[in-house]
Amino acid sequence: MKRFAGWIMASPATLAVVIFLILPVAATISVTFTDPRGLLGPYIWYFESGFRRTVLWRTFEIAFATTVISLFVGFLTAYVVSKSPPWLKSILIVLAVFPLLTGVVVRSFAWLIVLGRNGILNNFMQWIGLTDAPVTMLYTQGAVIVAMVYLFVPLMVLVLVGVLDNIPDDLVQASASLGATPVGTFRQVILPLATPGLIVGAVLVFTASFTSYATPHLLGGDQQMVMGTFLHQRAMVAFDWAGASTIAAIMVVVTIVTVLVMTRIARRLNPMAV
Amino acid sequence: MTTRVNPFLIAFAALVYLFLLGPLIIIFGASVSDTSYLTFPPQGFTLHWFENIWNISAFRRTIVTSLQIAFLATGLALIIGIPAAYALNRYRIQLPGWLSTLFILPILVPEIVLGFSLLRSINVGAGFPIFMTLLIGHTLLVLPYVVRVISAALSSFDFSIEEAAISLGSPPLKTFFTIVLPNVRAGVIAAFILAFITSINDVSVSLFLTGPGISTLPIQILAHVEQFFDPTIASVSVLLMVLTVIVMAIVERTLGLTIVAK
Repeated sequence: MKRFAGWIMASPATLAVVIFLILPVAATISVTFTDPRGLLGPYIWYFESGFRRTVLWRTFEIAFATTVISLFVGFLTAYVVSKSPPWLKSILIVLAVFPLLTGVVVRSFAWLIVLGRNGILNNFMQWIGLTDAPVTMLYTQGAVIVAMVYLFVPLMVLVLVGVLDNIPDDLVQASASLGATPVGTFRQVILPLATPGLIVGAVLVFTASFTSYATPHLLGGDQQMVMGTFLHQRAMVAFDWAGASTIAAIMVVVTIVTVLVMTRIARRLNPMAV
Repeated sequence: MTTRVNPFLIAFAALVYLFLLGPLIIIFGASVSDTSYLTFPPQGFTLHWFENIWNISAFRRTIVTSLQIAFLATGLALIIGIPAAYALNRYRIQLPGWLSTLFILPILVPEIVLGFSLLRSINVGAGFPIFMTLLIGHTLLVLPYVVRVISAALSSFDFSIEEAAISLGSPPLKTFFTIVLPNVRAGVIAAFILAFITSINDVSVSLFLTGPGISTLPIQILAHVEQFFDPTIASVSVLLMVLTVIVMAIVERTLGLTIVAK
């Protein structure tokens, strides 16, 4: 009895994950390999069409751009936050947590008001005389990227403030006392030490943007179809479950490969691991 | 410590915070505008749009469903997640290392794939009703947060206290509730709140698990935006944000907000 005590206590949660997550997802992926069109039939079907290739490529582009911009913006902001006096720092952290706890739908919807034809940005640009007629910003790739960066910058700031706070101050002071300029210390001490954390943040943002639905749906619409909205359209509008399963399988593979490759790179690049 | 930060960097960070908070302020403004379309700055002032939430039955219904699902899913996840987190810490040698990875799988697998797969296998395949499938989906979605946060709380718990109680004759189950659980109270509260907020805000899992009369609030918001571009959506958003502020205040009072940032 005692030997199995751990297993008994862990079993309800284990069974729940196996029965309701692993088996259903495995079933979705496995149907793509038992297709009447042949072993790789569904994947040949997917890559045959220029439209479907464009959707996959566009999703990569959006996820990549979102990740790079969020990393850059998040890192610089986190640096300022981590160097702020304690009272200001706790306020800045609260201000970053708040958007993070607000739902994706609410935060994406806000950009409809900003970027719409009669939106704030268009009104403002016409008022200062930048344009005469409203500029189309909604339903473009740029709109999706802006809203996604907005979604993920708070996450990046919080992850990276944690990383930067863990860098021992002695190292920074040692570098300065040995004659490094502030920029040199930043490039040669802080940046390498923060790299593993930057990679963790990048993986989080990339996989989340690659598989997102609400933001591309609201701000990209059908013109900017990405894997998430395409999966939904195949499954719930076209009732093409074979197609939807193929899209799901591609999403799972991309996510898992990204996580595995990047965590391995992060481990290798960690200068603190001896 | 006084490290001088480049003033350009400070200005940049200030702009980033303006970018982060601006859209939320815009939603607040738009929700009280006395116009039939969404606009900012607001023209006039009215609370009509808040009233309108209750007049639209789809909103009333989905708010109730969302709250039901969030409470039930969080409760279920705590019931199965607390023993799992306890086992992972107390019986670390007995259990294989991959078990803790198994519990974070729901974060690793794309949510939208989980939603679609539950629809295929559990709702249509196994014939589970929509509400139950939705509940299962949300329970899985929040389970990783519960296991992780409570594991973190348990990792600093000294299990010899528990052994002492048991060797003095206290029954194991009673010991768990009187000795172990009170010691990780903060972790349980944090897990509850994180799980609840995750469930309330979820889109990708719920997207596939809606049926006649059953839908969640975020899905209803998406559906409403497509048909009407009126300030009702802004007022619902404000309600959700107020809920978030209340939750944040509770966390701040009881635990300090650093726990969310972890």
